[in-house]
Amino acid sequence: MMIDWEHFTPIWSLTGGVLIGLSAALLLLLNGRIAGISGILGELIKRQPGEMRWRMAFLLGLVVAPALFSIFLPFPTPTIEASNGALLVAGLLVGIGTRYACGCTSGHGVCGLSRLSIRSLVATLCFMGSGMAVVFVTRHLIA
Amino acid sequence: MTDPSKVIGFLDVAGRWDPSLAFVMGGAIFVGLFAFKKAKRRDTSLLGEIMRIPTSQVITKPLIIGSVLFGAGWGLGGFCPGPGVTALGTGNPKAAIFVIGMVAGMLIFEWLTRPRAEVPDAGGVAK
Repeated sequence: MMIDWEHFTPIWSLTGGVLIGLSAALLLLLNGRIAGISGILGELIKRQPGEMRWRMAFLLGLVVAPALFSIFLPFPTPTIEASNGALLVAGLLVGIGTRYACGCTSGHGVCGLSRLSIRSLVATLCFMGSGMAVVFVTRHLIA
Repeated sequence: MTDPSKVIGFLDVAGRWDPSLAFVMGGAIFVGLFAFKKAKRRDTSLLGEIMRIPTSQVITKPLIIGSVLFGAGWGLGGFCPGPGVTALGTGNPKAAIFVIGMVAGMLIFEWLTRPRAEVPDAGGVAK
């Protein structure tokens, strides 16, 4: 295995991770909720009364975060290699998959592993495994 | 994580591997461990709301199949839900395409798992 030292950013990534953890901790301890983004968005589109405001507030926070960040530092420009068609398919798979799995990288990967859930460990291994398999195909077999 | 090339760099274990994402997860879980330890001892949140922490430990088919599908989409686009929504805030049109696809996928899930309508009574008797 070769490490990509050129792009590896341990300090920034660890800092970002701690901030994600703090965000999840605040939502959990203040509101008693799991900071799982697929769940927050997926339940929002069901439009249940009384369940809308905190979900919209959390998502709004995510959307305005780049603008807030860029007051202090330039926000890293996303490098997106995938074509528009691939992104649409990716979105569909992520949308359907996370709802069946009841969680994504935040709900299972961060919150689930933090509460030592066996379901979340299985979910995390599954999505990391299939993600790695797909990248192997798209980067090394097709490209 | 709002940069798909970083995510794909992490998932590309056969190429030049970028371990950054493991540090994101590690940092988040480190903080989360303390938060959940504290939360599990509480009945209500600090704002007086009910603690809604999942309790299921059953490994189900939807959990596995859903996660595999999610991972495939994650590897294909390099976005998972949170960073996808956040990247939308940068005004990137490609992030918007991903989010549109994701919301469409969630609506398809709702349609696929919708409660089946009961067969109406022959006489249309009101229940």
